[in-house]
Amino acid sequence: MGILIDEKTKVIVQGITGRDGSFHARQMKEYGTKIVAGVTPGKGGEKLYGIPIFDTVKKAKETTGANCSVIYVPPAFAADAIYEAADAGIPLVVAITEGIPVADMLKVYHYLKTTQTRLIGPNCPGLITPGVSKVGIMPAQIHKPGTVGVVSRSGTLTYEVVYNLTLAGIGQSTCIGIGGDPVIGTNFVDVLELFQNDKETKAVVLIGEIGGAEEEKAAAFIKAEMTKPVVAFIAGQTAPPGKRMGHAGAIISGGAGTAKEKIEMFKKVGVPVASTPAEIPALVEKVLGKKKSAKVSTAVVRTKAAKKTAPLKTRTFKGNHIKPAHALAAKNAPDKVGGNRKTSRKK
Amino acid sequence: MNLHEYQAKELFAQAGIPIPKGKVAKTPEEAYQISSQYGTTVVVKAQVHTGGRGKAGGVKLANTPQEAKEKAIAILGMDIKGFKVEKVLVTEAADIASEAYLSVTLDREFKMPVLIASPAGGIEIEEVAKETPDKVLKVRVNPLTGLLPFQMRQVSTFLYTDKNHRKQAGEILKTLYALYWQNDLSLAEINPLVVTKSGQLTALDAKVSIDDNAQDRHPEFEKYKEFSGNEKIEEEAKKAGLSFVKLDGSIGCIVNGAGLAMATMDLVKFYGGLPANFLDIGGSSNPEKVIAAMKIILADPNVKAICFNIFGGITRGDDVANGIVKAVNTLNPKVPIAIRLVGTNEDLAKEILRKVNLNVYSSMTEVVKKAIELSKVA
Repeated sequence: MGILIDEKTKVIVQGITGRDGSFHARQMKEYGTKIVAGVTPGKGGEKLYGIPIFDTVKKAKETTGANCSVIYVPPAFAADAIYEAADAGIPLVVAITEGIPVADMLKVYHYLKTTQTRLIGPNCPGLITPGVSKVGIMPAQIHKPGTVGVVSRSGTLTYEVVYNLTLAGIGQSTCIGIGGDPVIGTNFVDVLELFQNDKETKAVVLIGEIGGAEEEKAAAFIKAEMTKPVVAFIAGQTAPPGKRMGHAGAIISGGAGTAKEKIEMFKKVGVPVASTPAEIPALVEKVLGKKKSAKVSTAVVRTKAAKKTAPLKTRTFKGNHIKPAHALAAKNAPDKVGGNRKTSRKK
Repeated sequence: MNLHEYQAKELFAQAGIPIPKGKVAKTPEEAYQISSQYGTTVVVKAQVHTGGRGKAGGVKLANTPQEAKEKAIAILGMDIKGFKVEKVLVTEAADIASEAYLSVTLDREFKMPVLIASPAGGIEIEEVAKETPDKVLKVRVNPLTGLLPFQMRQVSTFLYTDKNHRKQAGEILKTLYALYWQNDLSLAEINPLVVTKSGQLTALDAKVSIDDNAQDRHPEFEKYKEFSGNEKIEEEAKKAGLSFVKLDGSIGCIVNGAGLAMATMDLVKFYGGLPANFLDIGGSSNPEKVIAAMKIILADPNVKAICFNIFGGITRGDDVANGIVKAVNTLNPKVPIAIRLVGTNEDLAKEILRKVNLNVYSSMTEVVKKAIELSKVA
């Protein structure tokens, strides 16, 4: 069910006594996420909403068996928090913090390559597997369990897209914000690969924006490696060059990284690009319908998605055999995701 | 944050990168004084945060102090791509034997600082890279090792054949990299790096940008904050916790979140309007921010309608609504307002706005269409 997080994910909140950390620790816990510990140096031994607080990540992990950490630490201390989580052997670290200096992230990025830790973010809303687990800051109520994976560089724009999907009756397998900074731990291609290998995900919505070349790489990956359909949206068509559009990473520099280039790149590899966020649900329905050989299959998607209270296990997509090519491709693909998830389940 | 050329050169000089003699002038008389001190041909250069100064007529040679004064009169007060010239740099003209290009910036693809060098300096490096890619060398530096001696040799031997020039280039690029890394720069560029007829390597122009996220740990750069035109408004906005970029259209946009703000601008264009700005009120929901945002938008005479697009997450709808009501009451705007507000505390927000007869639309498409329609009526 979805990627990276599931019902076995045990989460540490770094910076749990701060304004954002405490608020979202509570929100996540109420959603059903297993928040097993908080970390604030100097406050070890205390409790917040029944969550035990530790002085160090190492101690928190040893005591609780956590396998994920979410960071709400202010920018000046955020890099240290990521190092600490990685050093403690946390396999999945989600950094929400906005405003971390690029130089700090450059070192973090290359250091993490020497560890087993995957970093999501920074400057991101986190991720959610609807109905199962939420590690981040997104408003949970707009999500709905289903089979569409959502990956984005943005926060509120992701909510907008998810909201539109949910209103149209299209549920999501996992929604993940990879962050709006120029140096982030996990990029589009990493997430696309995870979605491609996830049995539950049937289609992916990719939300990109101006700046950098990650969307271009994603387009190349989709062409070469993906059998599941992808629908894209790119923000920033009206953004002037040389101006930082809020996100540190959203800047057209030296004439490169424009929305136009990115849109063309996706269209070239057969990925439909929505002109507006409101168009996305229709495009998703279309690709799901088109990719399936039988009409029955589309009907299955809709009815499954409509049953929002259906127990999660029944969400398993039984229509797979109807489209042998894709089902087979998914089975044969190197099952990295599955592998990851199994590892986390064992703990 | 961008530095002016004269500020960047000040940094260079402190670090030991050779630059030509020069001083900054705010008036034509000052330009005259500086020029007469030097007693040589000088260049009078507009100090603005944009490229293409030469093409715009903002860089001129002057043979005498009187000429320097005349050129300064012409350049001071000029508008270059929306930036008003308030200062000129008066600098000694160099005898140029050759021009090269050297910079350190971020390679986003490899997540490393990259040294970019070319023996074809003086023109835009993107053009050189496009036309003659073999004339551009990129050397990526692993941030965990820092710049290594062999990488310096790679660059200096690529740029020069003369042993002495190579040695000077090695020193310059070592210093440039250190400046970049230690000061959290996002760009440190010398274009052109010239060899003078006497064989001296000199940074004839300098471009430096500082990573906005790192400004807090570099209070020494506060003094370099000099803004003109739209930059002033953008800086004001930043102080109020807003992210703002001025554009030329007539639909003022107030949105929470950068991605959604861009998508809102795009949607305005899609439905035939033109956005007046990018404005992200950020994640927190302080009503004061909404008031500050309204003030900035209303100060733009081009704005014919305001479009709010708020997707409550951390941002609470009722806080935004209270901010809107307060702003409407205190600022008494003459332009119509269209509001879309969903998410956290949406119902409370709608209630607050309904009391003052402000309509709330539930979709982004609706609110954008409405704002465009209202802008035409007004």
